[in-house]
Amino acid sequence: MAEYLVCSEDEIADGGRKVVACGEREIGIFRVKGALHAWHNMCPHRQGPICQGRIYPQVIEPVDERQEVRTLQYNEENMHVACPWHGWEFNLETGRNAGPAKYRLHRAELAIREGQVYVVL
Amino acid sequence: MDISNKDRARELPVQQIDVFTDTRDILAHANKAARKRGFEDWLICDVDAHHTETISWHELVQYIEDPVIRHQAMLFHDEKMGTASYGLNGDMGLKYQDVGGRIPHQAGIREKVDDGVHRDVTLSRRAMSALGVDYMVLFPTPMLTLGLHPQPEMEVYLGRAYNRWLIDKVLSKDDRLKTLAYLPFNVPKEAERTIEEFAGQPGVIGFCVPSTRHKPVHHNDYMRVYAMLEERNLPIAFHAAYHWQDQSLSTINRFLGMHALGFVWCNMVHMTNWILNGIPERFPKLKSIWVESGLAWIPFLMQRLDDQYLMRPSEAPQLKKLPSDYMRENCWYTTQPMETVNMKALQLTLEMINAESQLLFASDWPHFDFDLPQEIYDLPFLSEQAKRNILGLNAAKLFNLDPTPRKTL
Repeated sequence: MAEYLVCSEDEIADGGRKVVACGEREIGIFRVKGALHAWHNMCPHRQGPICQGRIYPQVIEPVDERQEVRTLQYNEENMHVACPWHGWEFNLETGRNAGPAKYRLHRAELAIREGQVYVVL
Repeated sequence: MDISNKDRARELPVQQIDVFTDTRDILAHANKAARKRGFEDWLICDVDAHHTETISWHELVQYIEDPVIRHQAMLFHDEKMGTASYGLNGDMGLKYQDVGGRIPHQAGIREKVDDGVHRDVTLSRRAMSALGVDYMVLFPTPMLTLGLHPQPEMEVYLGRAYNRWLIDKVLSKDDRLKTLAYLPFNVPKEAERTIEEFAGQPGVIGFCVPSTRHKPVHHNDYMRVYAMLEERNLPIAFHAAYHWQDQSLSTINRFLGMHALGFVWCNMVHMTNWILNGIPERFPKLKSIWVESGLAWIPFLMQRLDDQYLMRPSEAPQLKKLPSDYMRENCWYTTQPMETVNMKALQLTLEMINAESQLLFASDWPHFDFDLPQEIYDLPFLSEQAKRNILGLNAAKLFNLDPTPRKTL
């Protein structure tokens, strides 16, 4: 097991990220709702650089009591990262795909000590 | 734990990929995958990649043959503001391929390019290098709907100008770049002239009919075109595209649905006419390539046409075999976008089309549903020889290319 020093904890603001190389592996560290989450920078679709994608709120389409729809909306509670290669989307907190739950990002372990962020591989 | 310098993570230079990111950075993972798989020794031909010709439209219109139209087009680009490219019908601006900005390279490639080399040469070289490609066959992008232009002569003006411009500015600068030259198919006599003029020109390895059009491929007017291509041993490609104004797609409100069907529908119609009218019987040595419709449609059409044909052979009297036999023996297919969610279906598809000899790798870079060579390499059910054939050797044979790998990874 190896640890890689990334940065101080306050260098990653809420909504921000840090994508780093730890030896041969690349890891993206995101802060969402105050908490840090780390994912391998490897989309399960085609191994694209998922962590270097744009971040969007989840898109939802509310259905009213008559089963009718009118608008698309953003759900800011669920923030997604979209793979810049092909657009596959994943929840930044859970790593789950926007569609089928069987597709997931691979989580990387983080350690926080004395205000410093480490990736543990 | 003691953290030494070598245990420090290195921040990647690109934190978020956008339209200004260098192609080599966008595709860094692809390049790593190519090196890991040893593609240095594999011939890889990308039979369908794109450039955005409209970025150079001010150059291209100078190659229009008709002096009046050329003058109009040049003035148009010098003086008009807020308009689309001269002469292009487009698709009413319904271009949502980048999924609302989620796939930046589809929206635009605005990276810095080298001075003194045409932008499209530089960008194509970067993509070839990153993907591990030896030869790249370039197609236009907005021009793919020109077959629907209300003025058939505009396809003639712009198609010829495009061919001349592409050869002069791009293909003649790098012999690893090729094209299937634009055929102005709505005017058969001009298509014949195009073959006479461009066959044998630098980088021209065949001819392309953009598939979005309403002309029947079996019309007698086209028989001379097919004969000329067969005589010259040059393939004809039908390159698919979408067209949302097609009435058959008019109820679809989601781009993904329209795109999924549109890119297949045009080639399904042409293929049906191609086979049932016996074009492969009349021109047995003419090689047709069906480009950018993916692969999942082929087993469906094979089954459907075979069943219907056996019940109604009097309506297709030229056929001596099943429609699927012609589709497997006389037709070639490009891989992209290769449908892979159901791998059993893909395996059966590759068996049904005899992929070992008929399938040609295509990336479609830089479009949103591009594929990588590694996807063929990683298929668990193919032999190494089949993979080598699909990735490059089938194309080398079809286009008479030197099968020696040219790239440096």
